Amino acid sequence: MPLHRRFFLKSTGVALASFAVEPSFLIRTAFAQSTAKPGKDRPILVAIFQRGAADGISMVVPFGDKDYGAVRPQIAIAAPRNGAPDAAIDLDGFFGLHPALEPLKPIYDERGLAIVHAVGSPDNTRSHFDAQDYMESGAPGNKGVSDGWLNRYMQGTAKTDATPFRAIAMSSNMPRSLMGPAPALAMNRIQDFDVRAGGGRAGARAASDLAEEFEAMWRKANSETFDAIRMLKRANPQGFQVENGAQYPNGQYGQALLQTAQLIKADIGLEVAFLDIGGWDTHSNQGAAQGQLSTRLREFGLGIAAFYRDMGDRMRNIVVLTMTEFGRTIRQNGSGGTDHGHASALFVAGGPVKGGKVYGKWPGLAREQLFEGRDLALTTDFRDVFAEILVKHMAAPDVARVFPNYRVGQTLGIL
Amino acid sequence: MTGMKHNKTRVIALIVLLLSATIPQAAPAQKTDHSKEREQIVHVLNRLGFGPRPGDVDRVQSIGLRNYIEQQLHPESIPDPEVEDRLSRLASLRMNISESFRQYPDPQQLARQLGLRNPEARDKVRAVMQERGLRPPQQLLQELIAQKITRAIHSERQLQEVMTDFWFNHFNVYWGKGPVRNFTTAYEMNAIRPHVMGKFKDLLLATAKSPAMLFYLDNHLSSAPNALVDAAVRAVSNRRMGINENYARELMELHTMGVDGGYTQKDVQEVARAFTGWSINQPRQNGEFVFRPMMHDRGEKVVLGHTIKAGGGIEDGEQVIDILARHPSTARFIATKLVRRFVSDDPPQSLVDRVAKTYTQTGGDIREMLRTIFFSDEFMSPETYGQKTKSPFEYVVSAIRALDGETSGFQQLGRLIAQMGQPLYQYQAPTGFPDRGDYWMSDGAVLERINFATMLASNRAPNTQVNISAFKDAKAAALYIGSPDFQRR
Repeated sequence: MPLHRRFFLKSTGVALASFAVEPSFLIRTAFAQSTAKPGKDRPILVAIFQRGAADGISMVVPFGDKDYGAVRPQIAIAAPRNGAPDAAIDLDGFFGLHPALEPLKPIYDERGLAIVHAVGSPDNTRSHFDAQDYMESGAPGNKGVSDGWLNRYMQGTAKTDATPFRAIAMSSNMPRSLMGPAPALAMNRIQDFDVRAGGGRAGARAASDLAEEFEAMWRKANSETFDAIRMLKRANPQGFQVENGAQYPNGQYGQALLQTAQLIKADIGLEVAFLDIGGWDTHSNQGAAQGQLSTRLREFGLGIAAFYRDMGDRMRNIVVLTMTEFGRTIRQNGSGGTDHGHASALFVAGGPVKGGKVYGKWPGLAREQLFEGRDLALTTDFRDVFAEILVKHMAAPDVARVFPNYRVGQTLGIL
Repeated sequence: MTGMKHNKTRVIALIVLLLSATIPQAAPAQKTDHSKEREQIVHVLNRLGFGPRPGDVDRVQSIGLRNYIEQQLHPESIPDPEVEDRLSRLASLRMNISESFRQYPDPQQLARQLGLRNPEARDKVRAVMQERGLRPPQQLLQELIAQKITRAIHSERQLQEVMTDFWFNHFNVYWGKGPVRNFTTAYEMNAIRPHVMGKFKDLLLATAKSPAMLFYLDNHLSSAPNALVDAAVRAVSNRRMGINENYARELMELHTMGVDGGYTQKDVQEVARAFTGWSINQPRQNGEFVFRPMMHDRGEKVVLGHTIKAGGGIEDGEQVIDILARHPSTARFIATKLVRRFVSDDPPQSLVDRVAKTYTQTGGDIREMLRTIFFSDEFMSPETYGQKTKSPFEYVVSAIRALDGETSGFQQLGRLIAQMGQPLYQYQAPTGFPDRGDYWMSDGAVLERINFATMLASNRAPNTQVNISAFKDAKAAALYIGSPDFQRR
């Protein structure tokens, strides 16, 4: 047994001591070979970062908590009422989806969508930058970790048949999560990922000429780029149509999801995709069922729902995981908004997901139950969720490498 | 994603070669003092400005490097008539905010004023705007980008432009947030530009009182929880009154002390209380700073151990600015950021310490901090040459300068720079763009840069002309501009 076995046995001991129940996914990984198959059945993870700290209790409304309405006189979402369009959409009698997340409800109903509430980083920073950094490095409180958690996952699972498209970010800048020694690609749009001659008559010939010279020049620094261009041309992902009547929202986020879907359909070895969507820092006038936050949530939910529909049967190998750096204050502030808080909520969707359920222990909203008297307390470390997905879905042998100094806390059993 | 391999000597030699008045047939076998001096000049032109234009190295050599640096530290002493002339076409740069609102109204707001609600409103608003000679706020952004590119390419006050870019990014605001569209021009012209080499505290205070920052970080709405709500306050917001922590937190985390500077959540709340009432008069028509006593929390505050007595008004916030500007964490944080910008992504601690000391000794004099950096061994060492990765903006502008270019395609260049990962004036988060090479050089961004080089060298960049006579042909020029070496400064 390789090194990771020792880690699991050791950390299982820790888990046994604190929970008296051995996390099942650890046993499975420690003793079973990966069940993932190559080629079309390769497991895929699509990570979506909601940058700016999304308000967890507006996304997934704890209408059953008696303290909910009182702390948010103007911005609370009404408890579900039959047929009321501006009320929360009931999930389980206690939690409800924000009405703008209505596109996600059918997925929840068919058990393809799980929610984790009161989840986040155990570090108590309320700095966007630090909190995003900690979540992406996978090492809360530790500023010395220079690579991202997804990059370390790839480092630990180097594959001989890996393509340059194994990990990709749909943005012009490489996100922190994918930074590090394992190769990853960042691109704005598929159609821009090419060497162009700048038009003119000599067109194609001149372009390939130039491309060769640039390739020789850049090979040392960005060796994958030019292989990726060739591969992309052969696979022609943009030839794939949107399926099953899916409707992606307008804008960069919807386009990024659509192109992620095309790359998956083109079967060019994509394993990890990373996207982000901003606009969650709702310090003022965040609105309730309508308004600023609602607009962001509609785009966010529509995108995931469209992707889920578009991928259809392919979702059997795909997990979509959302995250945000922290939640927001439980009480609304002086400007109809919310300030930086602590725990929030996240979504996990896909074929392997045991959906139709809100996971996590609810900490309550009474003042004495709040973190530092103001924020949603944290009951699930984000790494518990990320690690479970890496181990069970992505067949990662070694989460100790991905999350340094992390002791497996709890297994929620989302997968 | 790995860092670019590069050969510093080669890049500098190449630049020296290209930018010399005459190109020698073969490079000298051994480096002479002369070539070392020219390499040093190229380094300074790359760091204090947006890279050399043809002939610049000779010009600096003739006046002396030290004198050149001193001149750059005193931009007011450098005549810049050509740029003034070029900018005279951009009327919005000289407008005050209320004039900006009149001439560049938000079309949606105009629709409401005209009582238009239906879907045809858009066409009607467009017609009305045309009839009255009004332009959409988007035009303001285009003129801002135009002036930024124009000045970077043509201004003789290169360091002033670098510092404007640096401080705007340090005190970042997002152009697209509501009326910040109409505030950003005045923000750069009046709050940032006059202070880029002055006292840090003046810059801090100017940003604190700017409608752009007050709106961007929501302080204009922040009020004492039990403020007496007068009519003027209701005009700002019909919401319940209370504290908004946004500005207070970013003020300490990003503008002054740094996230590890030693403040607590309690300090954030106390600072937020001190700034209650710092607001904006008619934020969608007039946009002037106003202090509203009715919104102000008059109670006692304790900020970082300093007591601010009860009963104060606007001076509470000013006192906080003073406390923060004097704090040793601020000296360290600002010194670190400056050294990162001018020396290396990993700022050498020895130099950071000396720059922080200059900050403390001079009461936060930016010019003196810069002087400490520029005349340091760390800055002047050949090891430092080519260590920084150009941001997309720096890359595009330095390429046009290197090829002695001329452009009026600002809007398109702005779009290309955005595709390389730097949407000018439109970075949403208050952190500003990261100042690290690995942030900029993703594979997609590299391709955008390569494609820009080809476009530029073959004179196909939109409304842009360059001179490639120093090269064999357009392809050679493209390969030079698109090389890994040219991405560094």
